[in-house]
Amino acid sequence: MTKAIASPPRGSNQLQLSPSLGLIVGVVILLICLVYSVSLGAAEIPLPQILTSFTAFDGSYNHLIVQTVRLPRSLMAILVGSSLAMSGALMQGLTRNPLADPGILGIESGAALAVVATIFLFGSSSLSVLTVAALLGAAGTAILVYFLGSLGRGGATPLNLTVAGAALTALISSFTTAILLVSQQTLEEIRFWLAGSLAGRDTDILLQVLPFIGVGAIAALALGKQITTMSLGEDVAKGLGQQTAWVKIITAIAVVLLAGGSVAVAGPIGFIGLVVPHMVRFYLPTDYRWILPYCAVGGAILLLVADIAARVLLKPQELPVGIMTALVGAPFFVYLAKSKVKK
Amino acid sequence: MKLDGLVVRSQSISFQIDRRVPPVLLGLGAVILVAIVLNVGRGEYPIAPFDIVKTLLNLDTGNPDHAFVINTLRLPRTIVAFMVGIAFGISGGIFQGLTSNPLADPGIIGINEGASLAAVAVIVLFPSVPIYILPLSAFVGAFLMAVLIYSLAWNKGSSPILLILIGVGLSAIAGAFTSFLLTFGQIEDVSNALVWLAGSVYGRTWEQVFSFLPWLIIFVPLALTNSRHLNALNLGDDIARGLGSRVEWQRGLQVLVGVALAGAAVATAGTIGFVGLIAPHLGRQLVGTNHQGLIPTAALLGGGIVVLADLLGRTLFAPIELPCGVVTAAVGAPYFLYLLIRNRQKSSL
Repeated sequence: MTKAIASPPRGSNQLQLSPSLGLIVGVVILLICLVYSVSLGAAEIPLPQILTSFTAFDGSYNHLIVQTVRLPRSLMAILVGSSLAMSGALMQGLTRNPLADPGILGIESGAALAVVATIFLFGSSSLSVLTVAALLGAAGTAILVYFLGSLGRGGATPLNLTVAGAALTALISSFTTAILLVSQQTLEEIRFWLAGSLAGRDTDILLQVLPFIGVGAIAALALGKQITTMSLGEDVAKGLGQQTAWVKIITAIAVVLLAGGSVAVAGPIGFIGLVVPHMVRFYLPTDYRWILPYCAVGGAILLLVADIAARVLLKPQELPVGIMTALVGAPFFVYLAKSKVKK
Repeated sequence: MKLDGLVVRSQSISFQIDRRVPPVLLGLGAVILVAIVLNVGRGEYPIAPFDIVKTLLNLDTGNPDHAFVINTLRLPRTIVAFMVGIAFGISGGIFQGLTSNPLADPGIIGINEGASLAAVAVIVLFPSVPIYILPLSAFVGAFLMAVLIYSLAWNKGSSPILLILIGVGLSAIAGAFTSFLLTFGQIEDVSNALVWLAGSVYGRTWEQVFSFLPWLIIFVPLALTNSRHLNALNLGDDIARGLGSRVEWQRGLQVLVGVALAGAAVATAGTIGFVGLIAPHLGRQLVGTNHQGLIPTAALLGGGIVVLADLLGRTLFAPIELPCGVVTAAVGAPYFLYLLIRNRQKSSL
């Protein structure tokens, strides 16, 4: 990047310069949102006090609030937002499907069913068990949707995948509903989570899923080049000498780790994975080496802002953030379905 | 099939139906009667079929409990199941015919979501309103949803898949609002609303039967008498116009009937998905594609499916009761996927 600034011939250089600048701007915006999110809440905590809670933690009430309630929640929003956005970008790139999103293709609902079923069968399980359950559910659904979608004429086209995902979501959520009806206790434990919420998360939960999401994120960022090639079409990628089967498998694992991990902590939060990659592509050429980090930052910002809005709009009550993202994302989905899908 | 149809003509109505229709309808009627008797008889407190018939005829069975169990508990819910199934079956038949889209179903294209949003809003925000308001509000919600879908997806003969995609998106919006309302209700209300949303005839009484009945009385005859025009509309606007249908007016009427039936049914029993998808398909297998025979067949099939789903839901995991909407979704979603696969293969060959 410094090189690009040092030698300024126009053209390819500008492409190098502006994306990295944009990324820095994005991170700055993210930090501002983070500070605002931490300072927001029922207790008025002045900014200096927030800072001192990091530098000189004195165990006071306000410091405790910042460190144990607000910071974990905001970090959670960042983590979940960025992993959902990245998994959406991976899916859109790999399947060349403008409508791909872990929520729309049913992966989130599969993870949610796995979590609900685990709580129902084994009572309040530890979070590590629930995380594994969510990952397994996500993986199973992903395989099933892909399999069903590719059975239709033309293989795994965007339309086949989306419609198969929608039908599978209907099936899965009917099972989820059945379990919740049978067990009132499971319902009480889980209903806020099911609507997609970041409330009441502590650092333990964060640390629990971090390894899964971390591995998924690293894999995703490492795959940037391959996804760019894949997004030109599988034939082209093969012609360029790419091991398409391996790229597909690793991408699928990354998607499952990212999406399943997010559902395990925050419940199904829809449409982040749909909206963010599209917004990013408005500004960037189709180069997933840049798109993926942009999505990470953009998804984090979007979910953090949605969470702030969810807390502010109906004070003192709080909305599940999944509702906020659906309200923003679903109209966008309709717009995409109308404009981007041919036939 | 073309020539040996039965023709019924009177001054205002002319009916031409396939020869297969009357026996099929009779057979279905018999099956449904058996299903209803079974559904009334099975449960925590089994009652012999003979005693059921006697109770219904107001004869003494020697057991005073029978009258209570049948008349207040089981019969109304079974009748509601039957009526709701009729409404969904007809509605599905109308939408599939109108859109020439074998995958159309009031549940899949989002009309049910609109209806349930409106009904949940009424339940949560105005808990004290009388029960007959619910079908009305659900109808309004369903109607608004239909208008939205129509205007978004319909540009000169909509693509079947686009209709579904738009429906998916709009359902998500309506669903977000619905879960917003549910998250803040009292837990008892939410629990009840969940049963209702999953599509259940649990705890339905004669009150629901009678608040739903007018909708059937008005709109089922409308659907039957106008099914002739559905045949014409199914062929495309130009041909329909050539055959003398007033296309816009007829389509508006059909949509109104379909939406009204689906909306009122959702308001009575929640979203019992996929019935409107399955019933017309099975109907076409039985009596062919002529809507004059198809609509009544789909109606009876829908009624039978919901009654059977209710029976299964009550007996499969007794004493725990699954809502019949869960049963129909468990059967219907795979069927939908099958149709999707078959449809895509056929359409491109």
